[in-house]
Amino acid sequence: MAKDITAAEFEADVLTSSKPVLVDFWAEWCGPCRMVSPIVDQIGEEHGAKLDVVKLNVDNEPSIAMKYGITGIPALLVFKDGEVVKTIVGAKPKAALEADLAAFIN
Amino acid sequence: MRDVIIIGSGPAGYTAGIYTARAGLKPLLIASSVEAGGELMKTTEVENYPGFPEGLQGPELMAHFQAQAERFGTEILMDDVVEVDLTGDVKIVKTGLGETFEAKTVILATGAAYRELGLPREKELSGRGVSWCATCDGFFFREKNIAVVGGGDSAMEEAGFLTRFGKKVTLIHRRDTFKASKIMVDRVLNNPKVEVVYNTEVVELLGDTNLTGLKLRNTVDGSESQLDVDGLFIAVGNDPRVWLVENQVELTAEKFIHVDGRSSKTSLPGVFACGDVIDPTYRQAITAAGSGCVAALDAEHYLNAH
Repeated sequence: MAKDITAAEFEADVLTSSKPVLVDFWAEWCGPCRMVSPIVDQIGEEHGAKLDVVKLNVDNEPSIAMKYGITGIPALLVFKDGEVVKTIVGAKPKAALEADLAAFIN
Repeated sequence: MRDVIIIGSGPAGYTAGIYTARAGLKPLLIASSVEAGGELMKTTEVENYPGFPEGLQGPELMAHFQAQAERFGTEILMDDVVEVDLTGDVKIVKTGLGETFEAKTVILATGAAYRELGLPREKELSGRGVSWCATCDGFFFREKNIAVVGGGDSAMEEAGFLTRFGKKVTLIHRRDTFKASKIMVDRVLNNPKVEVVYNTEVVELLGDTNLTGLKLRNTVDGSESQLDVDGLFIAVGNDPRVWLVENQVELTAEKFIHVDGRSSKTSLPGVFACGDVIDPTYRQAITAAGSGCVAALDAEHYLNAH
């Protein structure tokens, strides 16, 4: 399962990572987030060699969500060299997510 | 080959699951990978579902539906149906993960999908201030100005719910009367944080990377105005989800699946439909559940006769 990171870990785990990192912004009360969560875990397991996958609970870490202008979840952001290079909003089936992430996992 | 495949996992789909499972038909229910549970997964308090006098949360109600369907042996698959061939005696159903199933009967309970306003940049600003799910996204608009567009029960629910977060909630409605039920309208009208703007439609979404405002037009005199908001929640209704079957079963003029009278029988033998995908009028959890029961009984009769 993908690790739930804190704001304190964000710098090391995401911004300065040598690999691209997919961050799943989620919350307990968000039904679609709970649906997409196991799919995000699978993507992390299957494509871990090319893409790190972590989760960030917006209830616990609102400052990070605010910094990146998140106004809707689930939001999946790909970070590369500290910058956001891809934003996916809303729960999608696995095949659609893999298509969106093709540049990072193929 | 299976006896029954149910496509959809809202109140209609799960009720069809409960009934066909209790009839010993070992149904396969294909629930969707990310939308299992249907529309009620996006609601909060459900106060009008009989049997729960204190009310309960939408997702909790759907967990009950699912547990009850599973208790009698409904097999539930968290995958999406991407293609069907329902025209022959053997119905073929294919899923997103590449599985193919065959059944003697299929129950369509695919529900309805939220409607967009159809404005330029609506998709681009989705997740950037534009939303269809107050329970998911209201949190991000603490002490912000929020607008809700719509005039039905779901618009009222969203407006009321969003007052927990927003500084102010403006409800924009294109007519001067609401379609919503009286209790829901009264709550909104009596809520000091809600302002209602009647006879008005949204004509443009303003903002660079994030939504910052709306251009509005009065539907009576055509005058235009601007409203500064950080969030817009769209609740202007739903469209029946028929794309899977629209070239195979007969649809109504309004693009719902056509069923024969009070039954769930579609234009194809062995294919039954229930819930919001056949219902232009009532669209309640309880009417969808009742209609799922009808479809299960119709499928059972069909299997007995064939």
